[in-house]
Amino acid sequence: MDIKQNFFEFYGLPEVFDIDLGLLSQRHLELQKKLHPDRFAHLSDQERRLSAQYTAYLNEGYATLRASLLRAQYLLKLQGIDTHNESSAPMDPVFLMQQMELRERLEDAPQHADPESELAALDKDVEQMMAPLQAEFCSQITIPAEASLHAAAAAVRKMQFLDKLRREIERLEDDLY
Amino acid sequence: MAYSEKVIDHYENPRNVGKMDAADHSVGTGMVGAPACGDVMRLQIKVSDTGVIEDAKFKTYGCGSAIASSSLVTEWVKGMTLDQAAELKNTQIADELALPPVKIHCSVLAEDAIKAAVADYKQKQGK
Repeated sequence: MDIKQNFFEFYGLPEVFDIDLGLLSQRHLELQKKLHPDRFAHLSDQERRLSAQYTAYLNEGYATLRASLLRAQYLLKLQGIDTHNESSAPMDPVFLMQQMELRERLEDAPQHADPESELAALDKDVEQMMAPLQAEFCSQITIPAEASLHAAAAAVRKMQFLDKLRREIERLEDDLY
Repeated sequence: MAYSEKVIDHYENPRNVGKMDAADHSVGTGMVGAPACGDVMRLQIKVSDTGVIEDAKFKTYGCGSAIASSSLVTEWVKGMTLDQAAELKNTQIADELALPPVKIHCSVLAEDAIKAAVADYKQKQGK
């Protein structure tokens, strides 16, 4: 194990978007066992600190690779693009208009005759918009060209808007029920 | 995080929330978004024949600072010429609202929104 490795290397997985999530969980369990604090109880302070560092890296890696958006963002980061921390990026106005409409729909949902099914419908719409973006990202990120990398980043930025919307839907569901 | 009193005031009593007819020739619409936080902002201006902004409306889905920034801009631009409005700087917004460094991007978003609204209006007029 080496925390200088990136998360994919750390987990012995190919550096792609479509990873085997079952294999990820399995590797996670194996690595967790290796790093269990009890196994290091007899070791020096320094070695125990090191094991704690590895465990933190392991957990961060697992959380990153398991969630599709975080995994996509991480793949971009490995290519030098940080869509998670950039302060502004020009977005397609049609997409923004659509986002605005979805947010308005969410805002009106509590007044809807059947808020629960309206929220479920909204959630489904978001899911349907997310799928093609993931497919777009998946195909663009594998092409080693500047234009493809930018197309992959553009897809992730849209996914970030949808992810936020999804969290807002969940929050409203929690508030309502 | 602690918001300044001015941010809270705009957040609790946002000015000029609403929507104008985007197809109207005297209306300019600016749509912007911040992918990092997923905030979306729509800022619209109604412009007189003499090129003065008569009215402004906004709708922002985002944090308190983003709402306050866009609310403030709609207050400021009323009575301004298009050129004056396009020259608004995010630093003026951030200073007025005492935004902390991590929220500066919200003022950038509001600056981008008013610039986009002015550009949209000018494009409609074919200028």
